[in-house]
Parts: sequence; C-alpha cells; structure tokens
Amino acid sequence: MTASGTALLTELRAALPADALLTHQEQLRPYECDGLTAYRALPLAVALPHTVAEVAAVLRLCRAHGAPVVARGAGTGLSGGALPHVEGVVLSLARFNRILQINPLARTARIEPGVRNLAISEAARPHGLYYAPDPSSQIACTIGGNVAENSGGVHCLKYGLTVHNVLALEALTIEGERLSLGSLALDAPGYDLLALLTGSEGLLAVVVEVTVRLLPLPQRARVVLAAFDSLASAGNAVGAIIAAGVIPAGLEMMDRLAVEAAEDFVHAGYPRDAEAILLCELDGDEQEVTAALARVEEILRGAGARELRVARDEDERQLFWKGRKAAFPAVGRLAPDYYCIDGTIPRSKLAEVLTRIAELSGEHGLRVANVFHAGDGNLHPLILYDANQPGELQRAEALGAAIMELCIAAGGTITGEHGVGVEKINQMCVQFNTEELEQFHAVKRAFDPAGLLNPGKAVPTLARCAEYGRMHVHHGEMPFPELERY
Amino acid sequence: MDKSDQGVTIAAQVREAAAARTPLAVIGGGSKSFLGRRVTGAPLAVGGHRGILHYVPEELVLTARAGTPLTEIETALDARGQMLAFEPPHFGADATLGGTIAANLSGPRRASAGAARDFVLGCRLINGNGDILHFGGEVMKNVAGYDLSRLMAGAFGTLGVLLEISLKVLPRPEAETTLVFEQDELSAIETMNRWAGRPLPLSATAWMDGRLYAQLSGPAPALAAATAKLGGESLSGAKEFWYGLREHTAAFFNDPRPLWRVALPASAAPLALDGPEAVTWGGAQRWVKTGARAVDIRTYTTAAGGHATLFRPAKDASPAEEPFHPLTPALRSLHQRLKAAFDPAGILNPGRLYAGI
Repeated sequence: MTASGTALLTELRAALPADALLTHQEQLRPYECDGLTAYRALPLAVALPHTVAEVAAVLRLCRAHGAPVVARGAGTGLSGGALPHVEGVVLSLARFNRILQINPLARTARIEPGVRNLAISEAARPHGLYYAPDPSSQIACTIGGNVAENSGGVHCLKYGLTVHNVLALEALTIEGERLSLGSLALDAPGYDLLALLTGSEGLLAVVVEVTVRLLPLPQRARVVLAAFDSLASAGNAVGAIIAAGVIPAGLEMMDRLAVEAAEDFVHAGYPRDAEAILLCELDGDEQEVTAALARVEEILRGAGARELRVARDEDERQLFWKGRKAAFPAVGRLAPDYYCIDGTIPRSKLAEVLTRIAELSGEHGLRVANVFHAGDGNLHPLILYDANQPGELQRAEALGAAIMELCIAAGGTITGEHGVGVEKINQMCVQFNTEELEQFHAVKRAFDPAGLLNPGKAVPTLARCAEYGRMHVHHGEMPFPELERY
Repeated sequence: MDKSDQGVTIAAQVREAAAARTPLAVIGGGSKSFLGRRVTGAPLAVGGHRGILHYVPEELVLTARAGTPLTEIETALDARGQMLAFEPPHFGADATLGGTIAANLSGPRRASAGAARDFVLGCRLINGNGDILHFGGEVMKNVAGYDLSRLMAGAFGTLGVLLEISLKVLPRPEAETTLVFEQDELSAIETMNRWAGRPLPLSATAWMDGRLYAQLSGPAPALAAATAKLGGESLSGAKEFWYGLREHTAAFFNDPRPLWRVALPASAAPLALDGPEAVTWGGAQRWVKTGARAVDIRTYTTAAGGHATLFRPAKDASPAEEPFHPLTPALRSLHQRLKAAFDPAGILNPGRLYAGI
C-alpha cells in the first residue's frame, strides 16, 4: 500500500464509526466485482456510511488524498460499472435503505438510494400505485444504481426509462457539496442536470436521495404469445403492431435457442419448434385492453403468426412472463458461462442484424441465444462459452465487440440499458469521435476536475481510443488481452 | 448541394465568432423571443437549416433539422396518424423544432405524456468551439455516454447550436373527449390529483374560471367507460379549448398584467397571489396574471417547493431583468462550469438564461 493510501485509511478510520469501514481482504472480497464477474479488483477499502454527513466525509477525504471513489448500490450491474479501483474506496450506499415518504395524492415517493427497485412498488401498492421502470434485477437492484445506469426494463416503450420517472435527486459532489436537482414542480428553468446525472455511471456525483413519480396500477393486463416460423416475420409483426397505433406495455421476442432453454427451465408452455416467439402485453382499463387485444391478434395473424395464445388468467400470464424473465439463467444452463450484449438497433434492421449475428456466431465458433426487448429495439444476444477452455473468453469478448459494432453500423448503440462501465469502453471509441469524447470529458471536468469519481469507466481516454483503433484496424481482436491498456 | 443543409456554414460562423470572441444571438423562427433575457450579440440565423431527414412511423422516430417549422413536422406526423405527445406550444407561425426543444416548452398533455425533454432521443449540435457533435441517436434506449442531447432541452441555445434533433413520436389516440365540471379551484386541484392516481385514460386536466376540464384519450369503449365513472358534461369545442390554453389565445390570457408561470408540486394549494389563476398539468403548472412584485412571487413559490418564471412581461413593459427563477449558489456555479465546458469563449446566446451563463 502506498504511503498516501495508509494516510487515507487512518483518516477514514477517524471520520467513520468502526462498522462503516472495511479494510481486511476477506471483508473486501464480496465487493471485488459487480454482475459482470469477468472483471475483478480489490479496493483499498469499502466505506459503508450511515449518514449523508459520513458520505460527504468520505468524499472529502478521498479528494484530499487524490483517491478514486467508486459508488456502489446492490452490485447487480452488468457492465462492470462498480468494479473497484485498486487504489480507491468503494462507497457503498447499502445502508441508505429507507423509504422516506410516499405521497399518495401527489403520486411521489422519496427514497434513499439503497432502496430496492421492487420495494418502491411494494410500498406504493396499498395506494394503488407503482414505480414503472422494472429492470429484470428489480428484486435486488437499488434505485441509486438505477439512476446511475438509467435502467430500463420490459415496460419502457410505454412507461419510459428511469430518466422519465425520476423527479428530483439530492447528490453530493466530489467536494462533498450537496446539490438539489429537479423538483416536484415540473420543468424548472436552467440546465437539466437531473437528466445529465441519470445514466452518468457514478462519474459526476453521488446520489443520496431520489424522488420518483408513481403511476396508478393498471386495472387489467393481458398477454398474448405468438409463435413464428422465422425471425423476420416476428420482427415485421412488431413493426406492424406499432404502425397500427398500439403501444404495448411490453413487447418481447425470443429466438429458438432462448425459447428451448426457457422451456426446459421453467416449463412456461412455449412452442419449442418456433423459430421465434413474441410476447405482447397490453394494459389499461378493461375496455381499452379488450379493444387493443383484438387488434393485436388480428395484426399478428396477418404477419404470419402460426399460433396465438392469450393467457387465460393471471396465473398463465405470470407463467408466460416467467419464461421470459428466466431467459438469462435458462440460457446459463446451456453452457458454463454466458456473456450478455446490450445493443439497441432501429427495429427495421432486426432481420438484417440477427442474420449477421448468426454468421458472426458461426465465424467465432460460439453459440448465441437472442432475447430482445422488441418494442424498443434493445437486443440481448447471449454468447455461450466456457471460461475454462483456453481462449474462449477472448473469443466471446471478440464476438461481443463485433456484435456491438454491428449495432453501431445499423444506426444503433452499443448499450441500451446496461451502461458502458469497463466492459464496452473500447466500443465507445467506435460510436463517438474525438471531439465528442472530448466534450464528454469537458462535462466530467465541470463536476470532477481531478477525475476521482469512478475513473476508467464509461468514457475512454483519447489515448486508449488511439490504442484500440490501431489494434482494431489490424486485428479485429485484441492481442495480449492480459496487458493493461490505457 | 442541398441548400437547406447549412450545418457546415453555421459551424464555420461559430468558429469565427469563437476566435474573435464575438457573442452570437441564435435565431430560429423568433417565436420564443419574448421568453427569457435579451442577448446582445451578432445574429446567427439558423432557420434556413431545415427539412425532415428521416421519418419511419413504425420506428416511432422522427429526425429533422432544427430550423424545420413545427407545423411542417406536425403535418407530416398527422398524415401518418402520429403526433408530438408533448404538444409543444408554437407561440407564433414561425416556431421551429430547434426553438421548441431549446425552450423545453410543453402543452396540456405534459403531466401524462411527458415534457419536450422526455422525447429527445438524440441531436447534432455545434458547440462553442464550432465542432459538430452528435449525441444519442434514433433508438428508444441508449445509455452510451452522458445524455448530452437531453441536456440541450431547456438550455436556450447557451450550450450548443442545435442542428438536428431526433424525437420519439407517438400514435394519436383513437378518440378523445373532454368532460367539464363546475368546481372551485381547491377541490379541482384535489380532484385532478385523485383521478391521476386511478387507472383512467386521462390525458390532460385543467381548471379555469370555476370549471374543471378533463381530457380522456384512448379507444372509444374506454372513453365511454371512464365517462360513466366520472360524470360531468361533455365539452363541445374541446379542441379549441385546449388550443387556447396551449397557445395562450384563451380569454384568460388577454390581460395587460404580467403573465407568470408558477410550477408547484401537483397537489399544492391554490396560489395566494393577487390575480386570476389558471391551473394546468394536473395541478403542476399555474398561470397567473398578477402585478405582484417578483421577489414576493419567488419567495412564495420557493417556500411552496416550486419555481416561478415571468413568462410575459406586462404589456408595453421593458423585458424583465431576471425572468427565470434564480439558481442556488451551488447550482449557479455548476451552470457556469458546464457553460464553459461547451462554450469556453462564452459566445452562444450569452445571458439568455441567466446573467453570466
């Protein structure tokens, strides 16, 4: 440990209660990675403050010592955004787990950042309300992490992302200064710093309180399952539903491999021989849902669905969704490891992109199962590999990079909802040019001139991009993956 | 060459101005010039940079150059049964897409559909160095890099000159109806909030002159069911009513006193300000015609958890010194640093939002 690191620990010990600082290796181990387990590092320390004043103290001390700070919620992120820095402090907001206020009349909830996503909806339910964004990790993931990643879920097309559902934030700068952003009163004058912080991956400030808007629970939700003989016709059906003026609450697609895996795992009653299935959920009041369902069934038939099944009751509806929600772990049973990609593409490019993914899968010798938030164009190809086989992880990463760059070429983006983190940092060099990256860095400096908040994530340095560009052009695959790149 | 693609020319003008440190006043259609502070600077006309570039209805995305007239966009959407769900006010025949986003103004549906900023998917802009930059894109979900395109909404052109904007668009509701109820303001605010917490196809509510208005949108059977639950009288001329509220052509706005936009938590009590009030956005936005002192209005709204904008000064009065609600010192200094991050020479619409920004 460096002398400066030792001095920082001494001061942190003095500033925090004994139970708010972890420094032993065995205590640090649970924090070495987030949901992206391929990347691991042990921090200098983990701080678990109880109060906002203690959070401010940690930030001030880290700033004084020039030590990196990595804020962490539940650690369910999939892009390595909460990967510790070896010379820095992990700032866990886990103890900020109180729901401070639910206002049923104004339909708002004021909560601490460590509150779990699903806990908000559970607390709002007695009032007939819920919090709409529902990332698949909603049982475990926290609202603070949702803000950092601008998390989505299966209902985003109709109900929006985190940024559309957060009204106000209290945040601390690296100086420990408190900022109040947004308010219950809509559209305040000045820059939309609330939107800027949402999805900023912990690089701009540390969120210590969140106010979200709550929506009335829909009176009714119904889901229809449609089976198709080709991915292209399923893709066209998605476009046809939306062109007809229907905005489904959820619209999900799975390819054959994903369907088979899900069926083996949870027995949701999916047709195993379909090349693709669509799940289309409609919600609203009884009459609205009945009317929309009739239209959607007609459209699906017209688009060539060979089988349509409307869930008979709430149990069957839950079962249909269970298959989709279990798709990741189900695919996980097909191979020792899988790597989840998160690109978004214009829906009209779906058939083209999926065809190319199948080709890339063949070229790299790795199977790919596709799960797709079809309504909003967000693809989750799952690359199957075995980390114990020499070279397979590198092949999986190379295939992932190729798929991300395919999404950019199709007019889309490398990440729809999981964030850049450390995982997609090289592809940022492909999606953005030098001037654009430089603009990101200028924004970062406006908040954090010394670059101490979550360094090395989300926005690559220009030097790193130059390096990646050289390797990329000549090889398309990284040589010496074990070497540190900057 | 496409004469309506002026991006490179405009970027060159910005670069020159940055080198000479000449402040620029960005001008689209000029329809929002009444709003905000006056800019002293060389005019930078961007209205000629126009045209819809990409519109595929089943993608729910439209991309257009910033100088495109709002009416042109709305006509194109209407032809395909779609709309800008935030219902931007035009405030003039020459309103452009760029000005609409730069001012982040939204119409009666805002409380249920979202604000202009909520529909921004991506943009191409020129920063204060004259670099043409592209952020976001044409897809619904995109978390690569900071959300700098959404940051342009409400920045009044002080961070960048907007060149192109991609917006999420939505299908027009199958049917709409507006119900009217005689109600005092206090109970109307409570009613709006209670209804918004129930699963009703409610798309807008407002209160004006002793009457509560509720617009329902959706399939006809859903509207019939909701009407049966809520009661009230059906309003004839509903379209004109909401138009008048959105464009400030309703009789309420025809008043020589200054017009204030007061934003409050939706369930906040009626304003205790001297002057007539109209309530919109389910209670979250209140229009007030009042001669009360700015400092008193702001003290009052700050205490109520809101903010106040002097939207239109009194008839024949000179422009207000500070039309926008003042920032706290911490936010003000952050605004200054962000301004410098985009526009180091301070040449883009300087002072349009706040002095020194």
